[in-house]
Amino acid sequence: MNNVYYGKLIFELTKEGRKGYSLPKNEIENYGIEALPAALTRGEAPALPEVDELTVVRHYTNMSNNNFGVDTGFYALGSCTMKYNPKINEEIAAHPFFSGLHPLQDVSTVQGALEVYYKLQQSLAELAGMKEFTLNPYAGAHGELTGLMIMRSYHMSRGDEKRTKVIVPDSAHGTNPASAAVCGLDVVVVKSRPDGTVDVDDLRPLLDDTIAGMMMTNPNTLGIFEHSIAEIAKLVHDCGGLMYYDGANLNPMLGKVRPGDIGFDIMHINLHKTFSTPHGGGGPGSGPVGVREGLEQFLPAPRVLRHEIDDDTYHYSVEACDESLGSISGFLGNFAVMMRAYTYILTLGRENVKIVGPLATLNANYVKERLKDVFELPIGGVCKHEFVFDGLKDKSTGVTTLDVAKRLLDYGFHAPTIYFPLLFHEALMIEPTENESKETLDAFIDVMHKIAQEAKDDPELVKTAPHCTPVRRLDDTQAALKPIVTYKELLEA
Amino acid sequence: MNYKFFPHTDEDIRTMLDACGERTLDDLYKDVPEQLVLKRDYELPEAMSEVEIRHYFDELGSYNVPLACFVGAGCYDHYSPSVVSSIIQRSEFLTSYTPYQAEISQGTLQYIFEYQSMMAALTGMEVSNASMYDGCTATAEAMMMAVANAKKRNKVLVSATVNPAVRRVVDTYAKFHGVEIVTIAEEGGVTSRADFEQKIAAGDVAGVIVAAPNYYGILEDYTGWADLCHDNKALFIMNCVASALGVIKTPAEWGADVAVGDGQSFGIPMNFGGPYVGFLCTSKKLIRKMPGRIVGATIDADGKRTFVLTLQAREQHIRREKATSNICSNESLMALYVTIYMSLMGKQGLREVNELGYAGAHYLADKLVETGQFRMAYPDKPFLNEFVLETDLDIDQLQAWCLDDGMQAGLKLAGNRLLLCVTEMRSKVEIDALVESVNDFINSQK
Amino acid sequence: MSKIIEGLYYSESHEYVRVEGEFGYIGITDHAQHELGNVVYVDMPEVDDEVTAGEEFGAVESTKAASDLMSPVSGTVVEVNEALEDEPGLINKDAFENWIIKVQLSDTAELDDLMDAAAYKAMIGE
Repeated sequence: MNNVYYGKLIFELTKEGRKGYSLPKNEIENYGIEALPAALTRGEAPALPEVDELTVVRHYTNMSNNNFGVDTGFYALGSCTMKYNPKINEEIAAHPFFSGLHPLQDVSTVQGALEVYYKLQQSLAELAGMKEFTLNPYAGAHGELTGLMIMRSYHMSRGDEKRTKVIVPDSAHGTNPASAAVCGLDVVVVKSRPDGTVDVDDLRPLLDDTIAGMMMTNPNTLGIFEHSIAEIAKLVHDCGGLMYYDGANLNPMLGKVRPGDIGFDIMHINLHKTFSTPHGGGGPGSGPVGVREGLEQFLPAPRVLRHEIDDDTYHYSVEACDESLGSISGFLGNFAVMMRAYTYILTLGRENVKIVGPLATLNANYVKERLKDVFELPIGGVCKHEFVFDGLKDKSTGVTTLDVAKRLLDYGFHAPTIYFPLLFHEALMIEPTENESKETLDAFIDVMHKIAQEAKDDPELVKTAPHCTPVRRLDDTQAALKPIVTYKELLEA
Repeated sequence: MNYKFFPHTDEDIRTMLDACGERTLDDLYKDVPEQLVLKRDYELPEAMSEVEIRHYFDELGSYNVPLACFVGAGCYDHYSPSVVSSIIQRSEFLTSYTPYQAEISQGTLQYIFEYQSMMAALTGMEVSNASMYDGCTATAEAMMMAVANAKKRNKVLVSATVNPAVRRVVDTYAKFHGVEIVTIAEEGGVTSRADFEQKIAAGDVAGVIVAAPNYYGILEDYTGWADLCHDNKALFIMNCVASALGVIKTPAEWGADVAVGDGQSFGIPMNFGGPYVGFLCTSKKLIRKMPGRIVGATIDADGKRTFVLTLQAREQHIRREKATSNICSNESLMALYVTIYMSLMGKQGLREVNELGYAGAHYLADKLVETGQFRMAYPDKPFLNEFVLETDLDIDQLQAWCLDDGMQAGLKLAGNRLLLCVTEMRSKVEIDALVESVNDFINSQK
Repeated sequence: MSKIIEGLYYSESHEYVRVEGEFGYIGITDHAQHELGNVVYVDMPEVDDEVTAGEEFGAVESTKAASDLMSPVSGTVVEVNEALEDEPGLINKDAFENWIIKVQLSDTAELDDLMDAAAYKAMIGE
């Protein structure tokens, strides 16, 4: 990574009179924008940079060199499924016969795009054991919200207005309760057993006619398969609630288990996790939501429907349906992300997609077994795609999980997810995906052992890490006390 | 196995299973009750090679028809500089995770800081978040922000001249979040001042949402609106088209508390609806009520200027069930897109883009009115690059006719009206071709 | 080990009340500030606002967490600690010295529902 060119902001490279664009000449005379009333136009032009093209290219290229990505190295990041983002996906997503389509073009001129949408939703339905998916949600959290809206719409359609509570395990992702709150639902927390799975005995008394449903991941955030899932689903269904599957941890299930087959009614999938679309530093994502038969009428508008004319001819339409919960996106969602995910599914094909789960699970168990001698493993046994350590075994050195994570950066690995789930004080959560080779994992394991040894021999070295990154540990207290969030504020500070 | 995305040799698998004390890959699933395991292959096509993938999408693509687009309505065909698409494909940006580990994410954090700075400059507001999914959801987030800010009020007024796509999303969020949405009537293509004054005076309104330019392309006069909102303790929220902000009066100049909208008009490919990028800017006073991520400047252990995700504690992932937003990412790569776009275009480029769209749209409007078959729906209202025509022609037939000539002739609105848009992408030749196609259609009807 | 002061009333959500006549000074305990880490912002009500026992009246935000402030007692806010607006870190320096709001108590019987120092000490396991 890049120490030499670190630092300048684009605003500091600006020089009046420079420009970085070329536009067509105005061939139309007598229509000057000055004719707009002054009272409706801005007083002065926005303070944007004035830079030439090469300056822009170098500035952002050097900036990128201060970043780490999947193409740079291994991410041990639990719950994030940082798998390889195949290059063919990018090539297909940029296909000019798709990327230039306006979402409101005549439907007869976008049949190819609608087929991508329809076939991807069908593929996801087959992979997940659901009836139909909407691809409109923009991200996992957006999908969660959409799924809960479907849950509420279902109850409201039956006149069952009092179901306003949703059950969430104490190990759940913070997004679950937040989505519930935004959707107008109250959260009821169910406890975990010592093995990290949902405590069915704690669940039973929570179930009554005010329960809209229950949100779960499976495997859960500890990487443990919820073996009582059939019983849980039956209990929730018997009380009139619906089961929501948070697809954040779907990857290890590929080839083995379909959420729709184990009692879930509604679910979302993160295309940027399981289906290899890039994280992009935090978006754009895509969070398709699937439902079992009997709930598809509540899916958000618009929906893409297929109409068979005869055996060989069909066409697609874009429709708002009467019972739909409403719209949650401007158009049909992040279409270019769908192009990538569909390319990935076609590239893998049925014979390879079923190996994804087992290989991801093998990688996780291998790392877990090889590191449990120096890291505290609170829950043993086979894990699925990820597992959680509770910090170093030897706590006497004062080296924390944060320190270990930061020291890993020095060795060229992305840190694991830390301090989540909240069940353990020093949680350190690791998820290697199916794309990582044994050699990569061995190198990671060696470094983790080395750091454990450093913690004993030279704890200060670990506590002050990282040392080799473009910048050192940051002062986030100062950042939050007196927030400086624009260049203008930076100049004034 | 032996597949390009899986590095495992048979021997690797054996060695690794040994280390785990297991015999087969299936044993790794021994904790899954047998009756829950899928026992058949997925009904999916067999794997395709890259050659086959390319052919497949070429064929599917042939069912799409790229058109000369005279529609906007929330998605605009603008010039996309080659630099932008090249840089956002750099895998250090593309394949990176959310920048929690600031030491190895300065690239992402720094461009978000630049993005926030530029959006603040563009809207005139003091602060911007790190971006949101799109303009529709950003507006819905602003609606929830207004309700959270007002504490005990849960009514939000939305102008009828706001893009219906935005209003639909706001309505959906409101329905589930327990917010009452009341529409302010439209009068002559603009928001009714009288209706607004009457509805805000009730004193139970948390926020007011209007648009600039509005759905019909019109620049409305919001003089005094912010004061009326503030007198009644409501937030004034403006939904704006990003590109138009290069020339139109800014939300800050109108006295808005929150500026939201979609950044797609900054050269982001139309991509059949996404990904785009929503923006949300506000005042410093409201920064802790603002949803979404935000990046701040700070220093590292060596005293070097650095950037970091800040004010994270106010985010949903810690406040959990008290949340008034559940967004836990941004639309980062698209924020980078518009940041590079704004760097290249600068203030002069943004102005030229608007000059070209303005000239083309006004020229097209005059030419179509000249045919004698169209009237300006709102003749006395100033517009930028979108406008509405009324006609007695059959719009469906007219659009089908133009489609055959490779053009999307606007969007049909209720009342047999046509919403048209011109950007710098439509040359005079193309505009003249549309006028000619329309004339041919008119002649065919005689 | 965190500081606990005798003579104050403590809530399960880690607020304290120091009673002086008809007024109560409400803040968060030393244990709470320790758990939160560096406090960067305190969201406070306004003077004359009513607070209700068991209900939220504001929030404390640190770099790690944002935590709602639950009022241990009911009453009317007569003063807010404005020093915290400029320097929220005062809570980390001395949580008991740097109270957050001063309330005119409307029902002193509510104090009986709160813990004394010994009970609070037992609750936090110290």
